[in-house]
Amino acid sequence: MAELCDLTAHELAGRLRSGEATTADVVDSALGRVTAVDERLHAFLVVTEDLARRQAGRVDELRARGEPLPPTAGIPLALKDVLCTRGIRTTAGSKILEPYVPPYDCTPWGRLDRGGAVLVGKTNCDEFAMGSSNENSAYGPVRNPWDPERVPGGSSGGSAAAVAAGEAVWALGTDTGGSVRQPASLCGVVGLKPTYGRISRFGLIAFASSLDHVGTLTRDVRDAATLLSAIAGNDPLDATSLPGPAADYAEGLDAGLAGLRIGVVEDWLSMEGVQPGVRDSFHAAVDMLAGMGASVDRAELPHADYALSAYYLIAPAECSSNLARFDGVRYGFRAPGASDVVEMNMRSRGRGFGDEVKRRIMLGTYSLSAGYYDAYYGQAQKVRTLVIRDYEKAFERFDLLVSPTSPTTAFKLGEKTENPLAMYLSDVFTIPSDLSGTPAISIPCGLAADDGLPVGFQFMGRLEDERTVLRAAFALEQELGFTARPPLVPAAAG
Amino acid sequence: MPVEIDVDHVARLARLELTPEERERYREQLALILEHAARVQEVAAEDVPPTLHPVPRSNVLRPDDHRPGLSREEALAGAPEVEDDRFKVPRIVEME
Repeated sequence: MAELCDLTAHELAGRLRSGEATTADVVDSALGRVTAVDERLHAFLVVTEDLARRQAGRVDELRARGEPLPPTAGIPLALKDVLCTRGIRTTAGSKILEPYVPPYDCTPWGRLDRGGAVLVGKTNCDEFAMGSSNENSAYGPVRNPWDPERVPGGSSGGSAAAVAAGEAVWALGTDTGGSVRQPASLCGVVGLKPTYGRISRFGLIAFASSLDHVGTLTRDVRDAATLLSAIAGNDPLDATSLPGPAADYAEGLDAGLAGLRIGVVEDWLSMEGVQPGVRDSFHAAVDMLAGMGASVDRAELPHADYALSAYYLIAPAECSSNLARFDGVRYGFRAPGASDVVEMNMRSRGRGFGDEVKRRIMLGTYSLSAGYYDAYYGQAQKVRTLVIRDYEKAFERFDLLVSPTSPTTAFKLGEKTENPLAMYLSDVFTIPSDLSGTPAISIPCGLAADDGLPVGFQFMGRLEDERTVLRAAFALEQELGFTARPPLVPAAAG
Repeated sequence: MPVEIDVDHVARLARLELTPEERERYREQLALILEHAARVQEVAAEDVPPTLHPVPRSNVLRPDDHRPGLSREEALAGAPEVEDDRFKVPRIVEME
C-alpha cells in the first residue's frame, strides 16, 4: 500500500470524505516523509509543522461537524519561497531577505488557507527565481529525488522535488522562463503555467513583471485543474489579474482528443543539445496522440530561435528595476559600517545578492542604460511581438502545440554552473510561452532510454484556453499510464 | 563583435558593490551573453510595435474604498534600523 502522502489530492479527498483517513493522518504522513528525506533533498527552507498540525485539527473538526469543504481542504501543500506568507519567513532563496517575515499573505495562499489547505512549508528555490537548477539558492541546492547527484531543475526545484518525493501532495511555484514546467519535467511531475494574469501575483516577490506567472506542481493533471480552480479568479489587488471569477477547470477534463488539431514544433527537436532519449520519448508520445483521434501535423514558430535572446534582455531589464527595492532601508539585510546611504545601499546589495542575481541586475542595468536601450531592450520587445504573432498564426491551424519541455533530463550538479549560456538553454522550449503569456503544461511522458530519468512533454495552448491544454494533457496522461516513482521514496509502492 | 562594458559605471548605476574578481568575471560573462542576445538585432522589426505585457490591459481601476493598511509597527517590523518610529539610514546630505 502506498503511504497517504504518495496519493494524489483527488484520491486523498475521497478518503477524507469517506472517513477512511483523517486530515491529521494525511499531515502526519507528509511530515513523516519530510523527516525521512529532506535532509538529503533540501527541498524546504522552512517546515511549518505546528501550523500544519493546527490547520489539520481545524479541518477535521469542520468535517466532523458536516461543514462543506472544498477539494483543497486538508491537502498538504508546499509554497515556493517567493510567495509571501504572513508571519512565516519568506526569503526568495536570498541572503538579502534572510530576516524577512512578511506582514501579509499572497493572494493564492490566502485563498487556499481560507479553504483549509495545510501548509507543510516554504520550498527552496533559485535566488529570486533566477535559475534553472536550484544551484543559485543562497541556502544550498535542492537534490533531485530520482538521483541526488542531479539537479531538480529550477527555479521552483524545491516545490517539484517535494511533490515528487511525497513531502507535499501539491505545490505552488512560479514560471518566468519555465520555472514551473522545467523542474516538473526533471522531477517527473505535472507543472502547469496558466495564462498570464490567470493567478493573482499579489504578494509574489517580483522578478520580471511582464513574464512572472504563478503555476502549480502536482502528481497528475486532475490535481492541476483542481488547484488552479481554487486559486484563479480576478484579484483587485493585482492590476494584471484577468477579469472574471474562477472557473471549474476540472470540468470537461475527460473529453478526449477527438477533433483536436495538434502541431508538433519539429524544428526544436533538431536543435543542438536535444538528448536522444528525450527525443525518443517525446516522439513515442506524439505517435500515441495520433492514435487517440487527434490530427497531428508539423507546426512552425519561425521566431522562436530569437525568443531566448529576447528573454535574456527583457527579464534582466525588468529584474534590475524590480530588485531596486532591496536597498537595506525598509526590510532585509543591511551591511554594517557604511558612512553614507549610497555606500550602505551598494554594500548591502553587493553582499546580500548572489552571483546570478548580480549578473542579471548588471545585464539589465546595462541594456536599459542611455545609448543601449533601443538596440537591446527596445528591440527585444519588438521580437517579443513577433514571437506572439507566430503563436497566433500557428493557432489558426492548430488547437495545441507540443514539444519536449526541456532539451535534456536532469543534469548533474555543477555541470552547467560555470557557463551561464548553457544553463539558459535548459529553458529554450519553455521561454516562448512566457513571452506570449499563453498557457502550457508539462507532464511526464516516460523515462529516457539513455539514462532512466523522467522526460517532460509540453502542451502549449491559446491565450486563456487552459481547458484544452488540461483536457489534452489528461488524455495523454491516461494513455501513458506513467506511474514510476523516484527511487528515493521509501517503499512508495511496497 | 564582443561588447565592451564599463563594468564600474554599470555597477554604480545598479548600486552594487563588486569585488575585483566579480568585476572581471562579469565583464567577460556579460560580453558573451550580450553577444548572444544581440541576435535580436538580426530581426527586421522596424514597423513592429513593442510588447510590454502579453495580455494588454489598460485603465484597470477598482472602487476607491478605504481599507486598513499596515500598522506602523508592521511596516517597521522588518527594518534593519529604526528610530522614533522611522526608518533610520546613514547620512544622506554632505555636512560641511
